[in-house]
Amino acid sequence: MTRLRRYLLRVVGLSYLGVLLVAPVGLVFYRAFENGFGQAWDAVTTPAAKHALLVTIIIAAIAVPANTIFGIVCAIAIVRHRFPGKNLVNVIVDLPLALSPVIVGLAFLLLFGTGGWLDGLPFDVVFALPGMVLATMFVSLPFVVREVVPVLREIGTEQEQAAATLGAGGWQTFRRVTFPAIRWAVAYGVVLTTARALGEFGAISVVSGRLIGKTESLTLHVEERYQSFDYAGAYAASVLLAMLAIATLVAMTVSRPKDEVR
Amino acid sequence: MWHAAGGGLDDFREAITDPQAIAALKLTLVASAGVAFINAVMGTIVAWILVRDRFPGQSVINALVDLPFALPTIVAGLTLLALYGPTSRVGVNVAFSRWAVLVSLLFVTLPFVIRTVQPVLLELDREMEEAAASLGAGSFQIFRRIVFPNLLPAILSGVALAFARAIGEFGALVLITGNLPFRTEVASVYIFGRIESGDPRSAAAVSVVLLVITFLALFLIGALRRRVTRHDATA
Repeated sequence: MTRLRRYLLRVVGLSYLGVLLVAPVGLVFYRAFENGFGQAWDAVTTPAAKHALLVTIIIAAIAVPANTIFGIVCAIAIVRHRFPGKNLVNVIVDLPLALSPVIVGLAFLLLFGTGGWLDGLPFDVVFALPGMVLATMFVSLPFVVREVVPVLREIGTEQEQAAATLGAGGWQTFRRVTFPAIRWAVAYGVVLTTARALGEFGAISVVSGRLIGKTESLTLHVEERYQSFDYAGAYAASVLLAMLAIATLVAMTVSRPKDEVR
Repeated sequence: MWHAAGGGLDDFREAITDPQAIAALKLTLVASAGVAFINAVMGTIVAWILVRDRFPGQSVINALVDLPFALPTIVAGLTLLALYGPTSRVGVNVAFSRWAVLVSLLFVTLPFVIRTVQPVLLELDREMEEAAASLGAGSFQIFRRIVFPNLLPAILSGVALAFARAIGEFGALVLITGNLPFRTEVASVYIFGRIESGDPRSAAAVSVVLLVITFLALFLIGALRRRVTRHDATA
């Protein structure tokens, strides 16, 4: 490949990333701090913002561990066991990736809302925290499963069988043999799940009812501030979320399955 | 879950033939198809420079590609609005226009093709290309006859993921597009609007149509991918 063509491709590729990715994200940081750090700090420490952060953290703290456990169990079931409806499970696990978050929210609304099939539970689901947690769990469901399944396939069953012949029980085999082999895939899946759980907006904005100081997550707070023309507040909350995203990015780079890095 | 849409076939037909719903569905479909195509081209170029090129800061760029996965979509929308909105410092204002739909969808779908093509490109045996070059093939010919056919299944997988994501995207679009009916309102925003105005039945009806379109498109791309892969194996 000639040198000129190589530079041309480099310029095209990098300018695309620059225009679409680097410049806008950089600008949000600039905007948030343009009137000084103090103002940005004030904007993210208002009672509404603090509560929104708390809601986001509660949601992630429930959804991420639940999906991690479910993801590992589900991946083992898909790869290691045969059961009726296995193909169906395989498809259903991927479903949240193909569904619009708004449709997910709507489904929960119709299921748990007034007149829905599961209406009349002893506690509120829709327009309350349980609904937001459920919706977030749904949209972030596939990540751990999708990361763990290929690794489980690749490692095969030989070591597990060896452990079994040596008298290890099911749990011991999992803890000593299977889990160490899949831990990086689990870590990467957990990072993706966390990113999705912290950033979920569409499904949550349908099921939460957006009650400020009650069911407003940090992402909903960003939109609500923006719509109330409080741009500094919106940018400051955005930067908080962006910093969480960048921390996630670092975790992603560190835990990315080794065959994908050069 | 979709039985909630069962308010009779007539209600369903009425909901999905609403001109505003049709306009929203059409915009979603056209924009997602355009986004899928641009991703196929640009994603392959970026994957190429990340694997085959060497330049300073490459590993940082490589990590940055995942940013749209990590960044909450509402923040992505605000981010684009800051640079390409009414208060733009670079004199580009796409806010409340159809370009805004395209730009935000391109942002959120950026990593898909890159991340599916990259590992395949890494694994690709350079010997084939060297053999072709020694037989006198030009670099474009090598790309078209050797590299591209090997990458195509991966490109199509990435395109399918990007398309599915684009067709359902909501968070990144709500701020920057202004949600103008008949102009910049995409299907998911329309559905949201129906829910907010207390009409979940037509929201469910349009959702069903959107889902059918999504699965149809994914099925077609999957079929194309299988065909390409099979052709590749027998060649």
